[in-house]
Amino acid sequence: MLNNEAKLNSKIFDRDVELVPIRNGYGDGLVIAGERDKNVVVLCADLKESTRSHLFAEKFPERFFELGVAEQNMAAVASGLGISGKIPFMSSYAAFSPGRNWEQIRTTISYNDANVKIAGSHAGISVGPDGATHQAVEDIAITRVMANMTVIVPCDSNEAEKATEAAVKIWGPVYIRLAREKTPVVTTKETPFTPGRAEVFWDSSIHSTSSGQARRARLKPEVAIIACGTLVHSALVAAKELEDEGIGTIVVNNHTVKPMDEDTILRVAKKTGAVVSVEEHQIAGGMGSAVAEVLAKKHPTLQEFVGLQGVFGESGPPDKLLKKYGMDVADIKRAVKKAKKRK
Amino acid sequence: MPLSEEKEKELEKTANNIRATMVETLERAGSGHSAGPLGMADIFTAFYFHILNHRPSQPDWEDRDRLILSNGHITPVRYVAMAYAGYFPLEELKTLRQINSRLQGHPHRGSLPGLETTSGPLGSGLSQACGVALAARLDDKKHRIYCFMSDGEQDSGNTWEAVMFAAKYKLNNLTAVLDRNNIQIDGYTEDVMPLEPLREKYESFGWHVLEIDGHNFEQIIDAVTEAKAIYEAPTVIIAHTIPGKGVSFMERNYEWHGKTPNKEEAEKALEELRIAAERIKRTQ
Repeated sequence: MLNNEAKLNSKIFDRDVELVPIRNGYGDGLVIAGERDKNVVVLCADLKESTRSHLFAEKFPERFFELGVAEQNMAAVASGLGISGKIPFMSSYAAFSPGRNWEQIRTTISYNDANVKIAGSHAGISVGPDGATHQAVEDIAITRVMANMTVIVPCDSNEAEKATEAAVKIWGPVYIRLAREKTPVVTTKETPFTPGRAEVFWDSSIHSTSSGQARRARLKPEVAIIACGTLVHSALVAAKELEDEGIGTIVVNNHTVKPMDEDTILRVAKKTGAVVSVEEHQIAGGMGSAVAEVLAKKHPTLQEFVGLQGVFGESGPPDKLLKKYGMDVADIKRAVKKAKKRK
Repeated sequence: MPLSEEKEKELEKTANNIRATMVETLERAGSGHSAGPLGMADIFTAFYFHILNHRPSQPDWEDRDRLILSNGHITPVRYVAMAYAGYFPLEELKTLRQINSRLQGHPHRGSLPGLETTSGPLGSGLSQACGVALAARLDDKKHRIYCFMSDGEQDSGNTWEAVMFAAKYKLNNLTAVLDRNNIQIDGYTEDVMPLEPLREKYESFGWHVLEIDGHNFEQIIDAVTEAKAIYEAPTVIIAHTIPGKGVSFMERNYEWHGKTPNKEEAEKALEELRIAAERIKRTQ
């Protein structure tokens, strides 16, 4: 059942669930952050509208800087601002930032411990028709590997807004991963969000008292699905369908890849004895790898990985791409069943 | 501040001392760069002992001028100049490149107070300086931002991204000092990747350009003063320097870009610098 304490969107499983791009939450969050703190400044590399930073630009033109197609410069200029008392947010497509400017981020932001927030939009294969050049599927790996870096992967626009506001309060470099396509709204304004604290969104062993959900029998969770970003909704749909088939699961929204909430990961791993990680990213080096690192060290647990399997994507509609490349609801269900069988 | 003859002699003496200490420091470290730091000794001396508005005992003083070193590999000269200026004891120079040292092989901001930025990978220092200059403008601060960079890093696209940015935002609180010593690791700059006409390049990118002899204190100080008076654009001072300056067998030889003297070579270099010190003393 959905965890009531998570105060999720009541229409989460409905056909007419609201669809909003995750990046919109970033745009709204920037405006709120800019209102609260005059030191918030925004840098843009010729993608004002698609990163939604135009909302901030309209409201605070004197604190908005357009750098043109120059992501390396953007990172190092942000570094200079960040070490001078400003709180710069720099946004572009994730393939370009932190992709193209990785070294500038490493040296001038991460090693320099500059207070810079990096927003990478258009992450994942669901970018769609633009094709693999614009589908960042390595960004979690290349950011989480850096010392001093916090890595947050919001699951919807509400969470992206909260992550943006929260990033202002985290001293030091933060990477926020955003997506292009409209994504089902999973959370509400009331859903708790604390960086570094994963939330259980679904647990088949608990009963729901909300009117929206039919009262069902309790099912012992047999597999923990640990998801982040755009695929959290798919993970919940998979959990619901599996419950109908009599398979109990727990779904964790593991939005902060670094520092990871080890306590929650270990708790659900111990409770179920099997884990499935779900992300729109290369399996190598991604959120699932980070989960495996925690488990291997503290509580070795069998794990299945849902993600991109070492190949590039291609052009196409997002849903068809997710299906072709093994990251849709059916794939998550298959992975859960496989994990269950391996136990 | 005009330069008196007496002050000029004092700067010459300090620069010579810095060179000698640097040769000893590099020899002890056993790895690093020699030619660039020696070539920039006069400019660093002029800045730390005349130009900069700074407080060595209070390195994080809010209104200090910012000296951002883009080509981090010449950091030995900065370390030595900082030690002479009183940022830390001269004795600590012995720890350069050693374990547990504040003096990293390439500068790390978090390790040593007084270093403004972390640098080493070339081509991004000017961008960082732009960010620092922009922040100063937003806060209505009057301090100056100086960025020292090498000619080799003019090969880098990132440098020119920053050049465009500084011109777009008319960062007149930013002055770049470009060490035109004509060498880089793989050879002479014009063989590796021709940079000329450098002056025209900067001018066409909207910068105010000054060219000086980077070993002439009066020219260094006059150029910085002139840059302060330019309101409509950032200024670059192209400083013609001799790599390895002060040590005859290192001068103008790119092979000394990325290596340090052995004991024998260091002694030979120190002897030359001793003679130079005596010459300066005689003319005082």
